[in-house]
Amino acid sequence: MPARAELPAPVEPGGLAGHLDGFVRAIREAGVPVGISQAVDAAEVLTVIDLLDREQLRHGLAAVLLRRAAQRPAYDVLFDLWWPLTDRPAGAGRADDAADGEPEDGPADGPLPVGDPGALAESLRAELLRLLTEGEEEALRRFARLAVDQLGSGAPTPSGQSFFSYRVLRALSPDTLVSQLLAGLLGDAERGGLAEQVARQTARERIAAFRTAVESEVRRRTAAQKGRDKVARNAVRPLADQVDFLRAQQSDLAELRRTVAPLARRLAAKLSARRRLGRAGRLDFRRTVRASLATGGLPLVTHHRPRALHKPELVVLCDVSGSVAGFSHFTLMLTQALREHFSGVRAFAFVDSTDEVTRFFTPGADVVDAIARIGREADVVSFDGHSDYGNAFEVFAERWPAAVGPKTSLLVLGDGRTNYRHPGLPTLADLVRRSRSAHWLNPEPRRLWGSGDSAADKYREVIPMVEVRTAAQLADFVTTL
Amino acid sequence: MPAQPTHAAQFADVADVTTRLSAAGYLPDHQIATTVFLADRLGKPLLVEGPAGVGKTELAKAMATATGAELIRLQCYEGLDEARALYEWNYKKQLLRISAAGSGGADWDTVHDDVFGEEFLLSRPLLTAIRRSEPTVLLIDETDKADVEVEGLLLEVLSDFQVTIPELGTITAVRRPMVVLTSNATRELSEALKRRCLYLALDYPSAEREREIVLSRVPDLAPGLADQLVRTVRALRALELKKAPSISETLDWAQTLLALGLDTLDESAMRSTLGVVLKHASDQARAAAELRLN
Repeated sequence: MPARAELPAPVEPGGLAGHLDGFVRAIREAGVPVGISQAVDAAEVLTVIDLLDREQLRHGLAAVLLRRAAQRPAYDVLFDLWWPLTDRPAGAGRADDAADGEPEDGPADGPLPVGDPGALAESLRAELLRLLTEGEEEALRRFARLAVDQLGSGAPTPSGQSFFSYRVLRALSPDTLVSQLLAGLLGDAERGGLAEQVARQTARERIAAFRTAVESEVRRRTAAQKGRDKVARNAVRPLADQVDFLRAQQSDLAELRRTVAPLARRLAAKLSARRRLGRAGRLDFRRTVRASLATGGLPLVTHHRPRALHKPELVVLCDVSGSVAGFSHFTLMLTQALREHFSGVRAFAFVDSTDEVTRFFTPGADVVDAIARIGREADVVSFDGHSDYGNAFEVFAERWPAAVGPKTSLLVLGDGRTNYRHPGLPTLADLVRRSRSAHWLNPEPRRLWGSGDSAADKYREVIPMVEVRTAAQLADFVTTL
Repeated sequence: MPAQPTHAAQFADVADVTTRLSAAGYLPDHQIATTVFLADRLGKPLLVEGPAGVGKTELAKAMATATGAELIRLQCYEGLDEARALYEWNYKKQLLRISAAGSGGADWDTVHDDVFGEEFLLSRPLLTAIRRSEPTVLLIDETDKADVEVEGLLLEVLSDFQVTIPELGTITAVRRPMVVLTSNATRELSEALKRRCLYLALDYPSAEREREIVLSRVPDLAPGLADQLVRTVRALRALELKKAPSISETLDWAQTLLALGLDTLDESAMRSTLGVVLKHASDQARAAAELRLN
């Protein structure tokens, strides 16, 4: 490395190398697998980049430590804790902006009315509105630091000062600024219609950015007070594909929805790859010889027989009762995505009776609509709206006897909780026997199978059952299919 | 163990990367510039992953332009094999050579040595990139489309930069090419391959950067309209669409507005040009409903 030979030579343990080691450990703990060779690469990165440029360090380490885009949010939180702005020698405790080489002070630093909390909050609110309207990110981040400093501190305790993001957000209540912000963004354009919708989106984005900045600043200050290990453990949310389906919250669902599209594409690519493999089949000797006559008996071009196509058929039987709502939502999205790639996908939904729901998943249909329509229009509840697997299987086998045949792969999705009703084992066993392959995906942890009213244990004897609690596990299942 | 191929760093520092990529018509953000700099300095392949249309392939092209290197592209697809990626013997030519020799009466040994010579070797992208002595950027595009076996081949080639052809011997790179792999993440690439690469996750750019990109690529567009356009595209991306509009679609849209001579993006302009950015009927319906176009 000719140009940077003078930069950090090997550091003694506990110095930069020790610090990097701690950082790598924290990332591992957050669920990102980092191998030894990656850790070594990270150390090499430190010798090559400009250590005084914090953003360079952030992106440089990310390039060697991360392997998937979903790992980035957790990484960023930990990076801010391990390489905080105030790690720089100048101005300990003061949130200055030397990291980007701008020594200037925060914009509203001077004329703050100290002492009167009401007036302080009011003037900060006005400043926030101005910054949100301008939408300059760096200024907004700087303001977040100032706001936490002024408004975020709780009562001092013997263990030190605490900072709370809710204090800041309550005092400034950025959400109530939306209408003024809209007025600022729209200018003299007319309200309503496209312009307003676009402006609303911009406002949402900027307010969310401000919230994130406040939260990250509070984390930084808390870490400085209480040690970063403690903060790191609580601050990092589980990666989206490791969120439990049954415990997924609304915000997780949106995140999950984003992971389902690539997953379905992967599954589709896998199935269609098998379908298309060996486009050129066995050598067609007759045609090859005949073609060679034109070139004096030399077989310049070989001809091959086309392979017989295997058209996969997939039948999805999905429990849509309330107890597995998060899971069925997710799997129906998967079904929809698969429908777009294969004509041979049929979907059936059941609670205590079964109905075909393929028609709601025409290619191009909206998933959210389709799910709402299943609830309204499909005939999935005949009695009381509690899962009845036995009845559901029997209705399915009776009404659609031809749905499962020797070319069909059968997927059953559900938790197998029968409410102590009869499980309908013989019917299911018969379906499994008739199908080409069959799998049951169960969103419950394996240790709960068979507990209480779960008939998972019994079903397991007639059909291979897989635990699929997270998107990651579903991805694993897809690869083994 | 043969000597490692030489690798001369092309960029002085991160700022240099930014300047030269910008000059080549690609506006990198801090993350892209840093990662490209590291890939160059550490001599590692760069794996770029992200949704379609965020400029993965463009980045490789700009790197080639910025370093004055030639771009060699290997487009991956299902069923890509060694013969298409690495090298192949020109078997038709070999047959002709043998049959010509048969009539001419040359002895078998001469012919045998002859048909496995350079003349009958069809060099495919990987071999071509390794054999070049001038600066080269090797772009392996859509790596995720290729079969898993190809990854094994790539591992071998990218770790040693050498290829063994049984009839000719081992060919080692004289000059290590800069390697860029792209992936749409339709499937997870193998850990072994990822470990050998630097990872760059590209996503849709920030509003500010997208505006700069639009203005640099479509310089005739009024800055105010560009701003409006970018904000509208961001609003579209926030909806749950089947295919969110990418940078290239933003650019197409900008060009469309320019060609139509529209100077503001209002409801009627948007209704008539929505097909440029949204390519699914359901997406269009959804956008029209959510953005109150009717």
